[in-house]
Amino acid sequence: MQWETVIGLEIHTQLATKAKIFSASSTEFGAEPNTQASLIDLGMPGVLPVLNREAVRMAVRFGKAIGAQVAERSVFARKNYFYPDLPKGYQISQYELPVVGEGSVEVMQENGSGKVVGVTRAHLEEDAGKSLHEDFHGMTGIDLNRAGTPLLEIVSEPDMRSAKEAVAYAKKIHQIVTYIGICDGNMQEGSFRMDANVSIRPQGQAELGTRAELKNINSFRFLEKAINYEVGRQIEVLEDGGRVVQETRLYDADKDETRSMRSKEEANDYRYFPDPDLLPLQIDAASIAEVVAEMPELPDARRARFEADYGLSAYDADVLTSTRAQADYYETAAAAGGDAKLAANWVMGELAAALNKQGLDIGESPVAAATLGGLVARIKDNTISSKIAKGVLAAIWAGEGDADAIIEARGLRQITDSGAIEALVDEVLAVNAEQVENYRNADASKQPKMLGFFVGQIMKKSQGKANPQQVNALLRKKLEA
Amino acid sequence: MSLTSDEVAKIAHLARLAVEPQQLEALGAELSKILDLVAEMDAVDTGQVTPMAHPLEMAQRLREDLVTEPIARERYQAGAPAVENGLFLVPKVIE
Repeated sequence: MQWETVIGLEIHTQLATKAKIFSASSTEFGAEPNTQASLIDLGMPGVLPVLNREAVRMAVRFGKAIGAQVAERSVFARKNYFYPDLPKGYQISQYELPVVGEGSVEVMQENGSGKVVGVTRAHLEEDAGKSLHEDFHGMTGIDLNRAGTPLLEIVSEPDMRSAKEAVAYAKKIHQIVTYIGICDGNMQEGSFRMDANVSIRPQGQAELGTRAELKNINSFRFLEKAINYEVGRQIEVLEDGGRVVQETRLYDADKDETRSMRSKEEANDYRYFPDPDLLPLQIDAASIAEVVAEMPELPDARRARFEADYGLSAYDADVLTSTRAQADYYETAAAAGGDAKLAANWVMGELAAALNKQGLDIGESPVAAATLGGLVARIKDNTISSKIAKGVLAAIWAGEGDADAIIEARGLRQITDSGAIEALVDEVLAVNAEQVENYRNADASKQPKMLGFFVGQIMKKSQGKANPQQVNALLRKKLEA
Repeated sequence: MSLTSDEVAKIAHLARLAVEPQQLEALGAELSKILDLVAEMDAVDTGQVTPMAHPLEMAQRLREDLVTEPIARERYQAGAPAVENGLFLVPKVIE
């Protein structure tokens, strides 16, 4: 039988506020355990949560970025369950009336065409703490620093039909939330966590199959592997005459498999009800308009602009706008370099290779964007050749200064004086009289290769500084004389 | 609507309430009466009524995004039954 895969994603993005969603504790990552847990975060009796304005603004920004309706009135609800890292016994979330309604994003499919994936909703909620199951004399350690960190949970429609599509969608959401600056996107630190609802159905059937929820996946690679494993498992179950159970499963990266996490049905009985500690959240049109006015350029718009304004290919524009840091870097370099295409080649070529080699992010580049632009400018105005420029880049990387300083200090300025080049050419032709004879007697088809020999000798003699175009032209003239 | 003893036991467990088996039937009867009352209210047409999320007719006040909370871990952990390396210790939650 032909099976069709159906996937929906729930993505938890940690909002980049300074303070928590309902308290004035810091959200900074990596602090000493429980030093960022206030009485509110600890769930002490008699305390009241007060909502963080910035968390609301960030949720609105996301809503407007995906073309969604932002609710004028939304309501916080209690999601009840018992776990030691959830001190109140409930998580404050939103249920029936979320802050962000239906929207959509467009993702690139494998065949290169776009596909619209629906976003059902996005709601504000608080994160739980962390349980540490290492050995504390047979007990569990609880760190509540993360408790109360603001999350925006982004829920998609079951619109994806393959693991690759799910990854493309997740990457798109990651790109958007980091572009608009509401999430740092750091997956190692858990700022961007994904749950995948996966089901299969016979091709052509309209009704959805029973789904399994794959929880807490924190890398795009694992998302793809987990879904692929789960699809295979479900096909096997159904083809063996069994049935898929609705359950939560955990992906084990070491074994590359998913396994059941909570078998008890009650685990999903959260008994939501409106939180009496919080009044309904009202967002007026003026504050929405304010957020819209401050909206940074979105990745799709920026990609289109890069193609139109800089004459870049769709591929180059896509790579250069993949992250906001990358796009900002490129634009600064292109402006300083005075040549958009040349700057694109250097950002995506030599610089990217050097960064890759050291495992650095563009934001950590030892070569500042304007400095790379300065190097591009010297290539463009023929001060140095591309080949020499590679060495200059290495020197900039090593902290020897900017392009101009290095070119000056090392005497790398390209020789463009035709008298000086002619002298070099004459010198090389004189010591290679035999080769000159051979060249002149050779078949025309063999000559270009032989010409290369002379060019090589001349470039070597000039320490790579002679302008290659001038050398070629002059050499040809002399050999054919 | 009448709740079975099994359903009452399940609800009690979800709320972590220790209910004695002999109480289940009586509790079931009382809870069923509450559900009957809700069912009675369900019959009223509320299509034009905005669901009330809070008895106060006010909107949520917002707080500026500022960190003002002092570090008071020691004080907050003074009453905890077990603490180690700054962590609260609780009975093991996974096998």
